[in-house]
Amino acid sequence: MTMNNVFVYCELEGATVADVSLELLTKGRKLANRLGCQLEAIAAGSGLDGIEKQILPYGADRVHVFDAPGLFPYTSLPHTSILVNLFKAEKPQICLMGATVIGRDLGPRVSSALTSGLTADCTSLEIGDHEDKKSGTKYENLLYQIRPAFGGNIVATIINPEHRPQMATVREGVMKKEVLDPNYQGEVIRHDVAKFVPETDYVVKVIDRHVEKAKHNLKGSPIVVAGGYGMGSKEGFDLLFDLAKELHAEVGASRAAVDAGFCDHDRQIGQTGVTVRPKLYIACGISGQIQHIAGMQESGIIISINNDPNAPINTIADYVINGSVEEVIPKMIKYYKQNSK
Amino acid sequence: MSLKIVVLAKQVPDTRNVGKDAMTAEGTVNRSALPAIFNPEDLNALEQALRLKDRHPGSTVTILTMGPGRAASIIREGLFRGADGGYLLTDRAFAGADTLATSYALSMAIRKIKDYDIIIGGRQAIDGDTAQVGPQVAEKLGLTQITYAEEILNVDEAARRITVKRHIDGGVETVEGPLPIVVTVNGSAAPCRPRNAKLVQKYKYALTPTEKAQEAPAHPELYDQRPYLNLVEWSVADVEADLAQCGLSGSPTKVKTIQNIVFQAKESKTLSGSDADVEGLIVELLANHTIG
Repeated sequence: MTMNNVFVYCELEGATVADVSLELLTKGRKLANRLGCQLEAIAAGSGLDGIEKQILPYGADRVHVFDAPGLFPYTSLPHTSILVNLFKAEKPQICLMGATVIGRDLGPRVSSALTSGLTADCTSLEIGDHEDKKSGTKYENLLYQIRPAFGGNIVATIINPEHRPQMATVREGVMKKEVLDPNYQGEVIRHDVAKFVPETDYVVKVIDRHVEKAKHNLKGSPIVVAGGYGMGSKEGFDLLFDLAKELHAEVGASRAAVDAGFCDHDRQIGQTGVTVRPKLYIACGISGQIQHIAGMQESGIIISINNDPNAPINTIADYVINGSVEEVIPKMIKYYKQNSK
Repeated sequence: MSLKIVVLAKQVPDTRNVGKDAMTAEGTVNRSALPAIFNPEDLNALEQALRLKDRHPGSTVTILTMGPGRAASIIREGLFRGADGGYLLTDRAFAGADTLATSYALSMAIRKIKDYDIIIGGRQAIDGDTAQVGPQVAEKLGLTQITYAEEILNVDEAARRITVKRHIDGGVETVEGPLPIVVTVNGSAAPCRPRNAKLVQKYKYALTPTEKAQEAPAHPELYDQRPYLNLVEWSVADVEADLAQCGLSGSPTKVKTIQNIVFQAKESKTLSGSDADVEGLIVELLANHTIG
């Protein structure tokens, strides 16, 4: 039995593994290859017969299944006990989970119980070495947890030299999901949940629950029209919906626009929102803080419309329109209507 | 019957106005270079606490904050809006704490407060966006947690149960849990009530012992006559915290490097907002099938 492997906590809605978990399995496989260790997955929920079929193709060597009636819907304590007790036995070197509501509820609790470090909302994960300058101690093959920090302009690399597992959360869409081998063979271990979770953990009752499909498909849209604080007002921002309707695009927003109440949080693009990779990204009145850029820099073509010729986003744009959004956007609608068809 | 509520609040640098001196060479936040504000989601949490106090007469709302001396202004802000008292956890040994060391220090202070039913704070602070301190405090105290709360719907004091509406990915959930409990509140929850003019009058001279020593208040006699003007200040020793678990030494995560990002500049085409330029761009995008 091997130890010190890379673990991915698979988030489940019913018996479906969340996309973010499949993305992390893909990333976890690469990290495991780099480290010469195995990739292990954890699936905890109810009615999970055959759940491994969704997980193994991404290259998991072992799938730990915890199947019991009280494990879905998710509540904090039972899932924490599963991870804490499993990790005490398995001693993973790395644990990844989605920066979702569940991952951000569970991750900190597990990290506290194990006194291990946790870095939230990473935008990149790499393996590298470290030398502590004060003590001269050398560390090999640490997980570099890379995230934009503090208001923009800065990217921090966080490490946990002395504590295991090294834990990180990553938002959906940041990593790419890729099947390694549809017939990948791994071991499936069905655990006795009662050995991991005391009855007293089932103290929070979910008495009502509504989950709706997303109202929009921002993540998958080939064209994104995004607005920032420069849209000036909610009414000004609404202009973007007109342009998006014409172009069959989805509307996104910078954090500043969301904070100002111009649009709903579920349209926020960036480190603490959605990551998008459309073929065309039209940034309207967005200055381009690093957190925003982190969520859209892999777009195919970037157009920036901004009054400020020195807006940081202009440096990564393919086209920069120096002009006011109130004037330029109606012109785009007009000339699109005239020239299309 | 009444509730004892502790509100976890943080004074944060206003990250909406960040300059070049925002970080120190060690990669920690240079707080002195930035305006300090009440963390927005902690205000949403305070409002939920004050609503419980409205519904459960005799309840008390206590602010707990950790930070440098000037973080005492967070406690005053809470008092102006309806809180009953506050504790400032301040010590050089707390400096450089990551979320785990912060949670440890807060949990030790809460143990010292001792008598509590609900510990409530914002989901996350705008200077870190980690959302980790709430769940970690809960774990350290051996309590359960309800995160991402939108509204506390009910507290049944006799049954010692709390009912909370919370956001989950793609939906909402109503959950019921036992007291005592840790709750974290979203920014989309009800905004905090404004300052109350009477309370501003009542508490405007409220000071910590350090502030009193520094500022030489105009009416020193007030602090004996009106004990509520004395804000409590606690050090590592006061909360009997283990130094090894505080500050930098108690932080498993270390900042390895900080990079200022210079974007890889692309060769970009600059256009004016004129009709001709905009039409030219649209025609080009249609021609190469970028737009349909």
